[in-house]
Amino acid sequence: MSNTAPAIEVSALCKRYGDYEAVRGIDISVRRGEVFGLLGPNGAGKTTTVEILEGYRARTSGEVSVLGYDPAERSIELRRRIGVVLQSGGIYSHVTPREALTHWARFYPRPRDVQEVLELAGLREKADERSRKLSGGQLRRLDFALALVGDPELIFLDEPTTGFDPEARHAAWETMRSLRELGKTILLTTHYLEEAQALADRVAIVKDGRVLAIGPPRELGVGAARYRVAYRNSDGELTERETDDPTALLHELTGEALASGARLEELSVGRPTLEDVYLELTADAEATAGPHAGEPRREVSRA
Amino acid sequence: MPDALTLTWRQYRLERRMFWRNPSAAFFNFVLPLLFLAAGGVILSGNQHDLDKLVPSIAGMSVMSTTFTALAYNIVFLRERGVLKRIRGTPLPTISYFGGVAANAVTNTALQITIIVLAGRVLFNIGWPLHWAELIVFVLVGVVSLAALGVAFAHAIPNFESTAAYVNAVFLPVVFVSFFVFDDSHGAPGFVRTIAEALPLKPLIDGLSGAMVTGSGLSSHLDALVVIALWGVFGLYLAIRGFSWEGSRA
Repeated sequence: MSNTAPAIEVSALCKRYGDYEAVRGIDISVRRGEVFGLLGPNGAGKTTTVEILEGYRARTSGEVSVLGYDPAERSIELRRRIGVVLQSGGIYSHVTPREALTHWARFYPRPRDVQEVLELAGLREKADERSRKLSGGQLRRLDFALALVGDPELIFLDEPTTGFDPEARHAAWETMRSLRELGKTILLTTHYLEEAQALADRVAIVKDGRVLAIGPPRELGVGAARYRVAYRNSDGELTERETDDPTALLHELTGEALASGARLEELSVGRPTLEDVYLELTADAEATAGPHAGEPRREVSRA
Repeated sequence: MPDALTLTWRQYRLERRMFWRNPSAAFFNFVLPLLFLAAGGVILSGNQHDLDKLVPSIAGMSVMSTTFTALAYNIVFLRERGVLKRIRGTPLPTISYFGGVAANAVTNTALQITIIVLAGRVLFNIGWPLHWAELIVFVLVGVVSLAALGVAFAHAIPNFESTAAYVNAVFLPVVFVSFFVFDDSHGAPGFVRTIAEALPLKPLIDGLSGAMVTGSGLSSHLDALVVIALWGVFGLYLAIRGFSWEGSRA
């Protein structure tokens, strides 16, 4: 398998639990070295999808390839090359982070240096504290550290910063950015829009077990190709106008304002954020969610 | 490249380390059987005939508590805390994980049996075991069977909070029924005796008694060995078939 082959390929993936269809035909392809985000509300099928890729669950139908392996076969070779941060994974209460990492490192053929991983995860000060004495945030860092100690090429992060305060979240983002710089491929699930926007090279917006849109976060909003110009009008009301040609609109607005002596308070020009796209798409899906899978979805490719 | 045997050893070392760091586990493993022995010794003091029965009974109970009870607790705890799921996502071979866990249980059992044999010798004037081979065979088969049953039973326990209730609901009746029908003179009803003989603990105590006290050889306890082994096969089948790496998420 060449290095240009995608790290993850998923096509027409379906997962059914009894009568409930958690995943209804997902197609994604994650390139090597890419940070790919699965973004969606709770219950969208993100964790089910990721746990199929990690080898925890069997799929009902569809094709899945992770680093060239079928994860359902649960081969040890594949598990040597991936790192998994579960949504909620525990650790032994009576061992320290250093001991846990030293133990975990032995599972892998070419592990990273334990001290280096402790530092990368921000656990140097707590390295020799029993894990039952660690805080929730410190345990989450240990989750990261345990997933990284085997020096995996592909890392799964399932809602890695849920429950973090803003400071801890930004620290975790820095860790993830440094992983990308090392050339790792990362599949990230999150329901935080800023997280997807801050980290992911590409994002798939998932709802009700389907992909609604896929593309780089900045370009996802470009589907409608609009700029948004906002200002306070002379009555003090916040006004928003959408346009494909912001230059002309600004010229018009500022011309009128100068002529009438008005000030365009709080004038701003923006592009729809991922949040706007997300809210629009997930609201659409609510309105039109039907039994058929093959709904058209928005494709955005990098220019 | 780490091989499965090395990893089994590493897992065993980690289990031992965790065992000694958990004071309550160490207490239940080593102090409790000694307390039982001491209490029984006081009650039965001077009655060598009953003391001879007490020591193998406590030894049998110890095998059950270090394997069945300890493993049911541990597996449920690790499952509900998500530790098993995390381990499942690593390249640690399943056989190495369970090999390390089982070797840890075997070590605890061996330590307990040693303590009980020494205490029986020092406190109750019971001689050294008469049949070492029989002792080892019964302890080994007992460990494998009861450990497998403990892992299998963990599957029936829905959450960690209810573990004590589930485990004691099995452990205590089995211990009582196996202890009380030990001596014919207590005149237990026939059906209780039948139940006790069919459960794994009473045959284990019989075998240990033969090895440690009465000197009746392995050949006179073959039927007891078969009963324990059959429980072992049943336990292994359920342990493997029903094993769950993940807790029930609310």
